[in-house]
Order: sequence, then C-alpha cells, then structure tokens
Amino acid sequence: MGLTFRNETFRDDFTYTNSPSNIRRFPFPFVEDQYRYSVNIEPHTPGPKGSPFEHHFDVDEHYVSEMRDRAMVLAADPLRCQALPHMMTAQWDMLELLMTSLARDYPEHFTLHRDGTAWHWINRPLGIDQKFTFLDASTLPYPPMEFIGRQVQGDFSIQDQRDNQLWMDAGIITSQADWSLDFDVGMNFFEWHGPVPLAHEAGVFERALKFLLNLQIGKPVRRLNWTMTINPRLDTSPENYHKWASDRMTVTPENVGQKVHLRVEMQGLFRLPRSNAILFSIRGYLMSLEQIVTVPKWGRRLPRVLASLPPELVEYKSLGRYRDMALAYLAPYDDGAPTSPGGGPD
Amino acid sequence: MTVSTIKSRPIYPGLSPDLNARRNIIVCDKAGAAAVTELFSRADSAFAERTTIILADSLSATETQTLSRDLAPAAVEIQPTLADGIARLRQLLETAPMGLRLYAAGSEPLIGLVVQAGLDFSIDHLSIRTEHRGSLMRRVQCVHCKGYIENVTTNPVKCTHCGLTLLVRDHYSRRLAAFQGVCIDAEVPGEIPPTEALYQ
Repeated sequence: MGLTFRNETFRDDFTYTNSPSNIRRFPFPFVEDQYRYSVNIEPHTPGPKGSPFEHHFDVDEHYVSEMRDRAMVLAADPLRCQALPHMMTAQWDMLELLMTSLARDYPEHFTLHRDGTAWHWINRPLGIDQKFTFLDASTLPYPPMEFIGRQVQGDFSIQDQRDNQLWMDAGIITSQADWSLDFDVGMNFFEWHGPVPLAHEAGVFERALKFLLNLQIGKPVRRLNWTMTINPRLDTSPENYHKWASDRMTVTPENVGQKVHLRVEMQGLFRLPRSNAILFSIRGYLMSLEQIVTVPKWGRRLPRVLASLPPELVEYKSLGRYRDMALAYLAPYDDGAPTSPGGGPD
Repeated sequence: MTVSTIKSRPIYPGLSPDLNARRNIIVCDKAGAAAVTELFSRADSAFAERTTIILADSLSATETQTLSRDLAPAAVEIQPTLADGIARLRQLLETAPMGLRLYAAGSEPLIGLVVQAGLDFSIDHLSIRTEHRGSLMRRVQCVHCKGYIENVTTNPVKCTHCGLTLLVRDHYSRRLAAFQGVCIDAEVPGEIPPTEALYQ
C-alpha cells in the first residue's frame, strides 16, 4: 500500500498538511447541500479500496506524527487516559480487536503472533516489539488500553453496558473536540452528551442508545461527525482551552483558507466479546478550506451547508467568530451547479 | 451562558422514607434538617429509631439543642464541617450492613459529596434519596488546573488555584461531585462579562 509517513506537527509551527494524494480520501461528511441533524449510523463494512472506510481502523500518512503528538499530550496530562477498575477485561478486548485488525489489514506495518496467551506484537512504523502474556497486565509497559491506544490513530472510549445504559468508564482521549474525559468518565450516555444542543429534544440520543444497546459482536457501525478547528491542532481539549481558543481571533480574510480546518470524526462502534462493553473509536481527519476547495463538489457544497446551520450549532461548535470569513472565502467556489448525492468526490 | 437543560445536571426529587430499610443514614446541613423533620413526620417513630443523622454544619449551642430535639428519636451526630461529616459517613459505610438506605438533604455540595461517597461503596446514585434545601452554592472543578472551588455563589468565578476566570457550566460530574468551570475569556483575554450572584 506504500504509505509514506509524514513528519509533521499539530502544534506550535503546525506543519501538518495533506499530501495531494491524501485529499480525495478525506471523509467529507456532508451528503447533501443542507445541514441536517441525524443519527446517521451505518454498518461499518469495508469500503472502497484506498478509502478511509476500507478497514475498521484507518492508518494514513499522519500516523507516526499523530502518535508523537499523543505521547506529548499524555506526558503533560496523564488524566487523558483513564479506566475505572472494573474495565480491565474491556481493555484487553480493545487490545485484541485493534491488534488483530491492524495485523490483518496492514501486514507490512504490524504483525501479531499468538501462541495461546503468549503474544508477540510488532509495530514497525513506531519501532515496537513486545512479547507479553494476554490477560496479564504486568507483562506490558502500560495498561492494555493505553499500550495499544498509544499506537492507533484516533481517540478511544470504552462504554460499559448495564441497567439499559452505556457508561463511559474508560478512555484514551488526546485529540478531542472540546470535551473532557476526566470530567465525563463514569457518566451515562445522556449525561456525557448533556451539553449537545437540539439533539436531546429531537430524540436523537434516545434512538441512538436504543440502537447501540443491541449492537452485535462482529457487526460494528460507524457515523461521521464534524466541527471546525483553527490550525491543524489535535489537542483541542477543554483542559487547554485557554491556550487554543484565542486562535479563533487570528483568522483574517487573507489566511482563512489556510487556518480554518474542517475536522471530521469517523466514529466506529464495536461490541467487545468478553466484557460486552462497546469500543468507541473517534478517528479524526483535518483538512484546510484551501485543500477542500480543490475538490469542486466539496467547494460547492461546504458553503451551502455552512450557510444553513441553525444558530445553536454555530454557537455549540464555536464557529461564530469566523464563519462569515469562511463563507466569503468559499463563495467563489460555489458556481450554483447541482451536486451529486453522498459525500465522496465526483 | 449556562444552559439548564443539560442532562448531567442532577435533579433532587425530595426525601421519602424507606420503611423497609433496616438502617437509615441521613446526612444533612442546617437547612436540610428541616427536610429531615418533615421526612420523620411522614413515617412512624420506628423509622427514626433505625436512623443515624450526620448533621454537618457549624451550629450555635441553641441550634444544637433545638435540632437534636427536633430530630429525636434518631441518633444525631454533629460534625463541625461538611468535610468532617463526609469523613464520618465514609467511616459508617465501611461497616454498613445490607439493607442500608442513604439520604442527603441540604446544599448541592453536601448532596454531591454524599452521592460520591456512596458511589465509592457501590451504592447506586439513583437509590440515594436527596432533597435540595438552602443555598444554591456550587462545588466547581476548574477543568484547566483540576482544582476544586468550594461554595461558589457567582458566575463567572475566579479559580482559587490557577487564577483563571471560569464560566460555571451546568455540566456536572457525579464522580467528581462538581460542576465544570471553563475559562470564560479564553478567546479574548480580559473580555469578561459582569459577575452575577447566581448561586446565593
């Protein structure tokens, strides 16, 4: 598959960018010209070759640099990775799912040898070669969730299921769209979604919870979510909000194309076999407006969607300071032509 | 500003006696004691006899006398501060039997700390009977430095640990027994709305 891992940063000098060949595989989240709130869950079945949906856990050119950024976040704030004591079985479930998936889907980068509980994991891009005993945490340098979580792009939370509810009882979250694992750990599905506007009233969370409680092993599902981020910053956490929120004030009509990024989350949900917990993967993709408009369909559609957002969402996603500049920048790319259904490029 | 529809924001349905409980532990403050008196009026005296009350507040000699009389025949233990009351509760929970029912009445920080202690002993938060009385003050965690700010009566509030000015959100963590405080002038430092005494 010939991946070349970029050496880039998501902070300070922000050298992150997408290679030209990476642009068209961006999971553009808008399937029509107008924004609509919906659960939009679909089966997480293999997508077209080369697309971010090809495998359950997408590895791309940003892999090595993203993992470096995660290590920096965890060194500064260990509370970004937490698991309540009853989640150890689920941690092993997660490790198994990720290791077996990566070794199957990217054999040139990852290898897993299993002989009973004697496991041998090789991660070539990160230079990790680890022999350990499955289900014996003392044989790994980190607890299982953290060990594997430091080696896979995207954030992860693990939901325990009891009392007809899902409880976010573990997670490794270093590139979040402004929510705190440390604050939310231990909350149920409605509670951790508490701050989201409109969707509670629309019944979205009740329907989603009902669906997820019945999620089957081997039948994962996915959905796309999005927000916008100034600069390609992964760590947009509330913990560091006082350090990054002022970035929004640096957007000008001249730099809006480079500074404003569409941040898409491909969210995957997997039932775990031993614990009956649900693994939630939140795989983030960042692309500047400047790169988005290189795909004509996206250049037409994005301004139409941004213009149709309800005010509550503009506020919730904190777009207010720069949305008009983004719309002005995008306007020339909308020639009024109709767009094809679905998010992919034509 | 704060959105009161946030689902993590706890609601307190009010105290009601569990007549089947073998033992009751009630934690309250001065304001909550009135709710406990009303609770006893809705049950028989045997209910009160199975009950230990931890009254955590600073009381005058007269108040001590009056409240001990009002709350009899329950066993009343008076603790000078909320922290002492919670420490005592945790001590009692160490040896608590099956069939225990936990109650909390008073300020939100008191209820929150009782529920938090209960969680540490695997008591389902929904099984704890709660009634809010008295001050609207809040316990707030600064999301930036993780410090707790006790007895918050205003929004915004200055973090007593790191000094940032925090918007007090309605987003609430049972595990931390605190509302979330987030820097209010992060976009434009110094752009701070007037302080409102929202939680007196």
